[in-house]
Amino acid sequence: MNDVIKGKVFVLGDDIDTDQIIPAEHLVYSLEKEDEKRYYGRYSLSGVPDDQSGLPQGGIPFTPQDKFESEFTVIVAGKNFGCGSSREHAPFSLQVAGAKAVIASSYARIFYRNAVDGGFVIPYESFDDIRAEFSTYDEVEISKELNTVTNLTTGKTFPLRSLGDVADIIEAGGIFEYARKSGMIS
Amino acid sequence: MTLTEKILARAAKRASVNPGENVWVDVDILLTHDVCGPPTIGIFKKQFGQDAKVWDKDKVVIIPDHYIFTADKYANRNIDILRDFAKEQDLPHYYDVGTDRYKGVCHAAMPEEGFTRPGQVLFGTDSHTCTAGAFGQFATGIGNTDAAFILGTGKLWVKVPPTMKFIFEGEIPPYIMAKDLILQIIGDIGVDGATYRAMEFAGDGVMNMDMEGRMTLTNMVIEGGGKNGVIEPDQTTLDYVNARTTAPFEPLFNDPDAVYHSVRVYDSAKLEPMVAKPHSPDNKATVREVQKTALDRAYIGSCTGGKLSDFVAAAQIINGNELRIPTYIVPATTLIKEQLKTETIDGRTLWDIFEQAGCHMGEASCAACLGGPSDTFGRLNGAEVCISTTNRNFPGRMGSKQSAVYLASPYTVAASAVQGTIADPRDYLPVTV
Ligand code: SF4
Repeated sequence: MNDVIKGKVFVLGDDIDTDQIIPAEHLVYSLEKEDEKRYYGRYSLSGVPDDQSGLPQGGIPFTPQDKFESEFTVIVAGKNFGCGSSREHAPFSLQVAGAKAVIASSYARIFYRNAVDGGFVIPYESFDDIRAEFSTYDEVEISKELNTVTNLTTGKTFPLRSLGDVADIIEAGGIFEYARKSGMIS
Repeated sequence: MTLTEKILARAAKRASVNPGENVWVDVDILLTHDVCGPPTIGIFKKQFGQDAKVWDKDKVVIIPDHYIFTADKYANRNIDILRDFAKEQDLPHYYDVGTDRYKGVCHAAMPEEGFTRPGQVLFGTDSHTCTAGAFGQFATGIGNTDAAFILGTGKLWVKVPPTMKFIFEGEIPPYIMAKDLILQIIGDIGVDGATYRAMEFAGDGVMNMDMEGRMTLTNMVIEGGGKNGVIEPDQTTLDYVNARTTAPFEPLFNDPDAVYHSVRVYDSAKLEPMVAKPHSPDNKATVREVQKTALDRAYIGSCTGGKLSDFVAAAQIINGNELRIPTYIVPATTLIKEQLKTETIDGRTLWDIFEQAGCHMGEASCAACLGGPSDTFGRLNGAEVCISTTNRNFPGRMGSKQSAVYLASPYTVAASAVQGTIADPRDYLPVTV
């Protein structure tokens, strides 16, 4: 497994709910058909109010409206990321857009579980609210081994909480892979 | 152990469990709908094979409700996928659109059909699956991958949540509804105040409520971040469930020495009519604080605010009044829609009261509660300000990102529809003895 996640960061506020991550009107597309699935990438985080999108300056779309992929690899957000509905389309849309990890000070339970069990994005928790230390477009690097994130633009490193119980599921790539490895299903 | 812990322990075939532990439980019922059903089926087939059979077809419930009355071709295709799957798997509990089996909003239909059984474990691919906790069931929302896993195995891992207890002491004043209680709680603890925890409601204020009132409380625990909401079953619960199913179930109750994460006690007499201001369910204010706020629309519907008792409450206020803003009525289920046509106040049916007041009458479904395709009934397509009996007011939840939503009880929404601005129900409720 690649031990490092590296790329540009997209910064968001508190309480980013699932309607902001993927607005309900877009939930109609197939998650399997490639020509439809890509719309989840296009509309990922499109429900975030404009002035809150890509902090601190705001007004930055996660995915430009003529593209299907985002240039951002890591999302840094505040508390209660992913609150609201149980739609798995939410972590799925972040993955389709190209995100690999989210770092938030806390998560809503269902989003966290979906991100892990579906193997979509890695939901890291920061110890403190570290948003002020990141500006959208900064280059960042997450070390999976050390549980740290470094802002390569400023050179500062911050500790992340260990993934704990769910590390095995994340490592396996999701609940099905985990259950196969442990012999629960064939 | 608490009620939640006891249900999970039994489902995990363990003598006891502790909060924070991960356990694998046997699932009694899996619920899905038209938005999350198709991707769940996709994952199920990919993982278990094209010819795989569900683990127990009597335990799978599929209730399409979200995007029903729309011309959106993708939304309609989702219904086709459910229909094909139900046929292929020979599922007895599928409630097809366009037939007389069609129900409407799943969380309101589940009790009607007797699937909310005390002591059992229910998972559903919808966050408001927690509604069923009103019946003393462990019920919580999950994603498609987890649902597909259950479809194939009948099992899922869960982390045992600690329980926060909310006690309402004393009689609830007549102008206060269950919605005011839960908006008060969410305002007090915040939208993440119960994350990873169970929320239990108790006290005579709660236990004197009928099942619909209790469901309004448990429906919105997810708005406090809660994993499940729960109310100990009593005679009211058992009477309701036994009238609707002959399936066996064994209720469970809190142990006398149960350990709670926290206990909060409210004095029912002191409760005020509440709203959640835009754009968050915890943005609380009393109705008095925001009365006379300008409004463009009123909306009465959804799994939390479109039950029969919600319409009875609204009709008490609307009866004989003119409405100053467009008002939308969306019964949660087809049964409730029928009841609107038979239930009367002063000799007039609820349906007539609403229709003659000029309300827009919708079909049973989720409708504009979650925005949906642009032709959805009641959807906020511009910068409207709406007062609604639904459960979420996040930015864009009911449609346009420019719109703004106030959440309130059916009394408050009806009074506001009459006044045209946010109104306190105490100023509009007919005086009763
Ligand atoms: S009525 Fe609203 S909250 Fe209830 S299931 Fe439908 S969309 Fe969800």
